[in-house]
Amino acid sequence: MDESREIPGIGSGIIAVARRDLLLAWKRPGDILNPLFFFAMVSTLFPLGTGPSAEQLKFSGPGVLWVAALLATLVSLHTLFLQDHEDGSLDQFLVSPQPLPALVLGKTISHWLTSGVPLVLVTPIIAIAYRMTFDVIWVLMITLAFGTISLSLLGSVGAALTVGLHRATALLSLLILPLAMPILIVGAGAVSLAAGNEGMSGGVYFLGAYAIGALSLAPYATAAALRISNE
Amino acid sequence: MWKFLHKMASPPHFYRLSIRFIPWLALPGFALIAYGVYAGLFLAPMDYQQGDAFRIIYVHVPSAYLSLMAYMIMAISGGIGLIWRIKLSHAVAAAVAPLGAAFTFLALATGSIWGKPMWGTWWEWADPRMMSELILLFLYFGYMALRGAIDDTVKADKASAVLALVGAVNVPIIHFSVQWWNSLHQGQTLLAKGGPAMDPAMLYPLLAMIFGFTLIFGALLLRRVRTEVLFRERRKGWVKELVLAAEGV
Repeated sequence: MDESREIPGIGSGIIAVARRDLLLAWKRPGDILNPLFFFAMVSTLFPLGTGPSAEQLKFSGPGVLWVAALLATLVSLHTLFLQDHEDGSLDQFLVSPQPLPALVLGKTISHWLTSGVPLVLVTPIIAIAYRMTFDVIWVLMITLAFGTISLSLLGSVGAALTVGLHRATALLSLLILPLAMPILIVGAGAVSLAAGNEGMSGGVYFLGAYAIGALSLAPYATAAALRISNE
Repeated sequence: MWKFLHKMASPPHFYRLSIRFIPWLALPGFALIAYGVYAGLFLAPMDYQQGDAFRIIYVHVPSAYLSLMAYMIMAISGGIGLIWRIKLSHAVAAAVAPLGAAFTFLALATGSIWGKPMWGTWWEWADPRMMSELILLFLYFGYMALRGAIDDTVKADKASAVLALVGAVNVPIIHFSVQWWNSLHQGQTLLAKGGPAMDPAMLYPLLAMIFGFTLIFGALLLRRVRTEVLFRERRKGWVKELVLAAEGV
C-alpha cells in the first residue's frame, strides 16, 4: 500500500457507507416501499378482523399501529446485509482499515433513514383513519421515531447473526421479537397514555434512553456477529 | 485452584472427572427434594388465604429461579467461550439452553395452574412476572433456533454466544418494562400475594426445594455437558479409545 495515502477518518467512513446504501435504496425503491405497503396492510387487517367500531379503533389503535410498525421494520431488516453478503461488499467491509462497528453504524443509519423515517411519515395518514387526535398522533410519531432507531440497531445484530443462513427470515423474527418487546410495550403504552390525556413523557424518555444505549452498544455486537458469520 | 480449573477445561479430563461429581450433587439433591416434598405437602400449615393451593410454590419458585440462573450460566459461559476460546465453555452453553427452557416452561406451567384457583384465570396478561418469564422462554427458543440453524459448531457457538450476551443485557430491561407497562394499566390488588414473612414451617421446605432443585440441576447439567463433549469430540482419539474400551476390544 502507498505510504503517503491517508486513511480517511471514521466520520467519512460512516458517511460513505450511509450514502452508498441510500443511493442503492434510491435505485431500488421497492425496498423502501414494500415495508410501507406491508405496514398499511397490517393496519387494515385489524379493523377487518376485530370490527370497525370507533370505540374499538380508539382503544386498539396505538397497539395495532405499533405492532404493525414493528413487523414492517422486521420485514425490511432481513435484506440489511443480504445484498452485501451476496456481492462481496461485506468482505470488503471486513478487511477495510475502517473500524467495522463504524461501517455497521453507517449501514444502520441508512436503514433507519429508509425504513424508520418513511414509516413515521406515513403513520399520520393511518392514525387519522384510526380516529386519533392530533395530540396523540404527535406522540405516536415521536415514540415511533425513537423506537425505530432502537429496532434498526437491535435488528442489525439479528440480521448480522443470520446473514447467509437458509430460512433466515423466520429465524430473524424469532431472535429479534422477544428483544423488541420492551420497545413495543413502552411505545404503545405511552401512546395509550397520551390518548387518555395522561403524562407520557416517561415513555418517551425511556425510548430515548433505549435508543442511545442501543446506539452505543449494538454496532459492536453487530460487528462481532458479522465477523463470526463470515469466518 | 487455577491449575485445577485449567485442567478441567480440557474435554477428556473433564469427561473423566465429572462422572465423580454427579452423585455428590444428585444424592443430596434427591434427599433435599424428598424432605421438601414431604414437609411441603404434609407438615407445612395451610395458607390462611390460599388454603392448600399455595403448596405449588414448592415447585414454582425453584423452577422460576433456575430459569433465570440457567440464562445467566448460558450468557456467562458463552462470553467466556468467546473471550478465552475455551471449548468446554461453549459446550456448557449448548447444554444448558434446553434445561433452562424446560425450567422456564415448568415455572410458567405451575404458575398458570396456581393462577387458576387464585386469580380465576389460567393466564393473567397483567402479571409482570408471568410476562417476563414468557419472554424468557421465547429468548431460549430463539437461542436454540439459532444454534440449530448453523451447521458449523464453532460458528454456532460464537453466534449464539453473541445472542446470549445481547439477551442478557436486555433481560433486566424486559423485566422492568413489563412491570412498568403493567403498573400503567391497572392498580395491583388482585395479585398481591404472599403477604407478610413466611412461617418457618412453610419456609424451610421451600429452601430445601430450592437447594435440592439447584443440586439436581447441577447434576443434569453435568450429564448434558458430558454428552455434549462426547459428541463434539467424536472424531478425537480419546473418544475412540473410550468406545473401544467400553466394547472390551
